[in-house]
Amino acid sequence: MGAIILFVAMLAVVVVWWLSTQRLTAKPWLEEGPIGEFPGTGALSLPAAKIGLGVFAAVVGALFALIFTAYLMRMQLADWTPLRKPTLLWVNTGVLILSSAGLQWARDASERGDMDGVKAGLLAGGVAAIAFLVGQIMAWQQLVAAGHFVASSPASSFFYLITAMHGLHLLGGVMALGRTIGKVHGHCAADEVRLSVELCAIYWHLLLLVWLFCFSLLLFT
Amino acid sequence: MADTAFGPARAIPPAEVEDVDLYHAKSWVTKYVFSQDAKVIAIQYAVTATAIGLVALVLSWLMRLQLGFPGRFAFIDPSHYLQFITMHGMIMVVYLLTALFLGGFGNYLIPLMVGARDMVFPYLNMLSYWIYLLAVLVLVASFFVPGGPTGAGWTLYPPQAILPNTPGYEWGIILMLASLIIFIIGFTMGGLNYVVTVLQGRTRGMTLMRLPLTVWGIFTATVMALLAFPALFVAAVMMLFDRVLGTSFFMPTIVSMGEQLKYGGGSPIMFQHLFWFFGHPEVYIVALPAFGIVSDLISTHARKNIFGYRMMVWAIVAIGALSFVVWAHHMYVSGMNPSFGYFFATTTLIIAIPTAIKVYNWVLTLWRGDIHLTLPMLFALAFIVTFVNGGLTGLFLGNVVVDVPLSDTMFVVAHFHMVMGVAPILVIFGAIYHWYPKVTGRMLNDSLGKFHFWVTFLGAYAIFFPMHYLGLLGMPRRYHEIGQTTFVPESAQTLNAFISVAALIVGFAQIVFLFNLVWSLFRGKLAGSNPWRSTTLEWQTPETPPGHGNWGKELPVVYRWAYDYGVPGAEQDFVPQDQPPATRAV
Repeated sequence: MGAIILFVAMLAVVVVWWLSTQRLTAKPWLEEGPIGEFPGTGALSLPAAKIGLGVFAAVVGALFALIFTAYLMRMQLADWTPLRKPTLLWVNTGVLILSSAGLQWARDASERGDMDGVKAGLLAGGVAAIAFLVGQIMAWQQLVAAGHFVASSPASSFFYLITAMHGLHLLGGVMALGRTIGKVHGHCAADEVRLSVELCAIYWHLLLLVWLFCFSLLLFT
Repeated sequence: MADTAFGPARAIPPAEVEDVDLYHAKSWVTKYVFSQDAKVIAIQYAVTATAIGLVALVLSWLMRLQLGFPGRFAFIDPSHYLQFITMHGMIMVVYLLTALFLGGFGNYLIPLMVGARDMVFPYLNMLSYWIYLLAVLVLVASFFVPGGPTGAGWTLYPPQAILPNTPGYEWGIILMLASLIIFIIGFTMGGLNYVVTVLQGRTRGMTLMRLPLTVWGIFTATVMALLAFPALFVAAVMMLFDRVLGTSFFMPTIVSMGEQLKYGGGSPIMFQHLFWFFGHPEVYIVALPAFGIVSDLISTHARKNIFGYRMMVWAIVAIGALSFVVWAHHMYVSGMNPSFGYFFATTTLIIAIPTAIKVYNWVLTLWRGDIHLTLPMLFALAFIVTFVNGGLTGLFLGNVVVDVPLSDTMFVVAHFHMVMGVAPILVIFGAIYHWYPKVTGRMLNDSLGKFHFWVTFLGAYAIFFPMHYLGLLGMPRRYHEIGQTTFVPESAQTLNAFISVAALIVGFAQIVFLFNLVWSLFRGKLAGSNPWRSTTLEWQTPETPPGHGNWGKELPVVYRWAYDYGVPGAEQDFVPQDQPPATRAV
């Protein structure tokens, strides 16, 4: 259970840090009146969607930390034999990095107000993300061709589970990206577009990070 | 209370009237069915949870009929009995308590109590309810598939959960796992809403330390649930793989009914770790909202500020954090390194400290309070007594050496029903009697309520007190029929019959409650906007029941904490949170 405990402990540090800025030692029964004296103790001023994405990131993090926990536990049992991973995964990882870079490009462009850059960046990121998903399916096909099915060995079960879980999260992201592309091409306020693009980019970086963790775990074991 | 750190007449920041960016329902369907208003969604959650809860109640009757009068009811064969206990447990814990506290009370109270117009993501909120409903329907469907629902026990331990001779092997277990997965997806959508609304949607002046404890309880429980439910999600997905695709995540090499199964090498203990990493926080996911709500009920109905507000907040946070490092105390007999048992026993006993602080603070709030024995207060008092009872038997079970002989006996059943069955349900009833006037504009009938309270409270003790004794005798849980043993005397059977009769009576008393809910909707006494003379924001809405958008043109501004009851020198014995300091004589 090490991986998940470590993850929860990291979150706990963030939560404790934030709570420590919220005057939890105040004596509210003595403090009457509008509180202007203590900046930062009111509601957060970030957009709700951004905080929501942050919280969701914690949930996704916990989910993958738990899968890693299970992986590391199962790995120690007697019948574990490492799986030969398709080299295609390296290519896919590269494509996912490109995808993330494309969205970062779009994010920077949207901060400059460069709508053409936004459109190009989003499109590049989206195409690369879909290419990554197709690549993952091809990796599955290679495994199947080599005789590694879902139930063939615990390592291959985990391989399918982890890649499927990551792929589904990315697929959800691609849908959100589709809506954002629609917004960019429609008539939406620049602010709203900027936020959507930023959220997509953050989510992509998050999923890239998750994938890098997954990939190194799969690679080294 | 007269001494204030702030001058009474400090300038109030100009009210910024934000553009109201609310979704406005255009038709009856979008107003009452596919509604994005948190208050409507709350009621949808509550009604659905109650409906499925009634199914679980009937299942508990059927179990009790078998235990009390074995052999009398031929249709309850061992398979059915196991199916009843499994579905009763899972429905009560996940689909009733979690959904009602967070989806029901969370949705209704969070936006009102923090002074927001609605949840921050109304569309997601609506989706959350409909996905929850889908999860419930998938679960209900398992009653009608070939082989019936799963009989694996609510903990769904492998390998037996997915072995061919377990009831519900064909479809029941698959639907159960699918339903849990759907539930967790829906819950995550709702949970994001509750957390972000507390973080971002609070009105001006509503600092964290001015939040009512109800919001603290629900907020902390939601954060925990968002981190704990993924463990159940992962466990359910992996077990679904094992059952449907034939993987061996959890399944060891096994011979079933003389036949070597295709599984091999998996670890059932791994499932237990994942399950209880969810399962133990789940206890507090149910308990923390109850703690928060009961604090507010006690303070309001004793007309006294809550004792030790800061301690209460810290205790909630501490319990939330500690509950993630105690899970393996559910696994003392599963085969663990003994020093792990020592560690988990220690953390388990440490969690008693913040919990005890809360109990003392409730009692000290009551001390020399102006206690009104209203229905919410009666239920709150019953909760304190019941929770202490359940908590004390928890100390027994938290110790490895005491737990081992008591494992899988009726003592455990009695313990967890007291602490996370009866106690939270009493709070739910108290909370319904308390907030029903705000939701409907009418009071619930008092006489029917008193009848409901006494039958439920005394009846619950008639059910679960003797059960501790049966457990000490060594009567095992989950057994369809004990048969002849050397250690269970004849008289235990009389006690079992008594428990069953009490269970039937308590169950029927709930029909009185449901009748009261419906009858009062039309015939109840008109409540006015603040019948309990309460300080918190939800009682200060311009309309009762609160309209779409909750507040009038302007959001309320908060000037004080939520517990200004009986303030010396104040005009009334309560000062609402949104009342400016200047308007009362100091």
